[in-house]
This record gives sequence, structure tokens and C-alpha cells, in this order.
Amino acid sequence: MKFLRMRPGYGEQLIAEGDVEVAEDEERLVEEFRSQLEQGMWAAVPVKTEAGRREAEMVRAFEDIPRTTDRVIFFPRAAGGAA
Amino acid sequence: MTPALAATAIVVLALLWEVLHPWAARKLEIRKANRARIAEGEGLPGYDPGRERRAEQRARELLKSCVNDEEWAMYRDLGFIRVWGGESGSGSDAVISRDLRGAPYAYLVYPHRPIVAYLPQTGRLLNEYCVEFPDETRPYGSTRLPDSDDVLAKWMALKGDERRLISEANMHLPGRQIDPKMLQRDIWRLGRWERERLERAARRHPVGPAD
Repeated sequence: MKFLRMRPGYGEQLIAEGDVEVAEDEERLVEEFRSQLEQGMWAAVPVKTEAGRREAEMVRAFEDIPRTTDRVIFFPRAAGGAA
Repeated sequence: MTPALAATAIVVLALLWEVLHPWAARKLEIRKANRARIAEGEGLPGYDPGRERRAEQRARELLKSCVNDEEWAMYRDLGFIRVWGGESGSGSDAVISRDLRGAPYAYLVYPHRPIVAYLPQTGRLLNEYCVEFPDETRPYGSTRLPDSDDVLAKWMALKGDERRLISEANMHLPGRQIDPKMLQRDIWRLGRWERERLERAARRHPVGPAD
């Protein structure tokens, strides 16, 4: 599983990678996931439906990430703009 | 007569000089300071057009890998993506208005511009939702994501939790930031684009009379 983060001037950055079936990796991923959310990021998982449509799911906890997901994308949380 | 006119002209020029000289001196100073900053590499803080282009290229690849082929082609050809509303499992009610009474609605998603809700059946514009994804870590002095990342962030947030995104946005009537004429033209372009795409698909896979 890869954690990608959108950043100005970079596009996406790989911030963590690991196998969720390996306890040590999973622990590191959980920590990184929490850290990103504490920094004000939102997390989304690209998914494919049974009909083959691409969709996205927002995840608020590491446990919500489907185990088979190969990437989680972090991006800054939304804020009302140009009021 | 001539000496009087000359004297008046001199007085006018002197007064103008008094008024304009400080203004011109200030402008000159600002210009000199700007030139000095640019010469020292401080012109636009950390702005590098090459890096921004590479970032946008990476963002486009990520967007392409996440959205549906049709949506990617729409963005590539038209510069925006249409996302259908009410599909994110945010509840059975329409997120943007109960008055729609089940009428399908959709959003036009542009990079770094408000999300626009509209009724595809009639083309009626509903609302503008001003929303940003500012990265306060400002890695190169700017909070602004590359264009395609901004579009992907909106797409994922609308798909994943439409209600949450819309509740974070500042809602305005259409026309606040995006010219409604441009929006109507884009809706028309989208309709034509979809028709042409369907026609191309039909030519590639013709349906026989027996089918």
C-alpha cells in the first residue's frame, strides 16, 4: 500500500509505503495516516465498482481503508474560498 | 498677452511638478527595489515554471489514473469534468436542495475555480460553490495545488462525501465568479462532445438489425 500526498510544486509525493500484512509496516502506515490527518489532510481511496466504474471513498480512520487498496491519496482539507 | 500665458504655464508646470514629483520618485524607488530583488533571485518567492510544469504533468497522470476514461477525455478536451450529484451515499436527499424533487443534478469541476451545480436536463445553473484545498505547509511559498490535483481533490471529495465538501464551500448564486455565458457555452460544448463521442463509438461498434 502506498500513501501519496498532493503538494504544491510537486504533484503527488510518496510519503509511505508498506505491506499491511506485515505488522511492522502496518504500524508505520497507521502512524503516518494519523499524522497526515493531524496535519489537516483529507484521505481518499480510489476504488472500482463491480460495474467497472472508478469512484472514490473518503476515509477517516485507517481501519476504513480496504485491505486490498494499493494507494491512499492525501490532500489538504477543503476550505471555503473567495467569499 | 503672451507673457501672461507663459507665466500661467510656468505656474501650472510648477504645481504639477510639486504634485507629481513625490509620486514619480516613489514609483521609481519601488521599481529599483523590485529589480534588485529579482536580480538577487527573490522576485517571485521560489517560483520555478519548469518545476510547476513537471508538477502539473505528474498531477495529470494521477488524475488520469483515478477518474473514468470518459471523465479524463472530458478534462483533456474541454478543461473541466462533470460529476453527477447525489451519488456519494451522503443520504437519499439531494445534497444541494430538496426543491429539486429528485431531478438529476451535476457539477462542473474546473481547476481553481468554483464548482458549479446545474440541471443537465434544462441547463439551468443552480449555485456556485467556492472551495479551495490550501496546503499551509507552502513548500515553495504557495498554498496552491497543481491544476489537475485541484480537480482530482474536488472529484474525490464529491464522489466520496459530497455533503461534507458542499458544507465546507462558500455558496453563491451563479455568476459570482464565473461568467454564466461561459458556463452555458461549456454545457453546450459538453453536450456536443458527448454526442460526437457516442457517434464515434457507434461507428466503431455498429449494431446490426438482428441485434
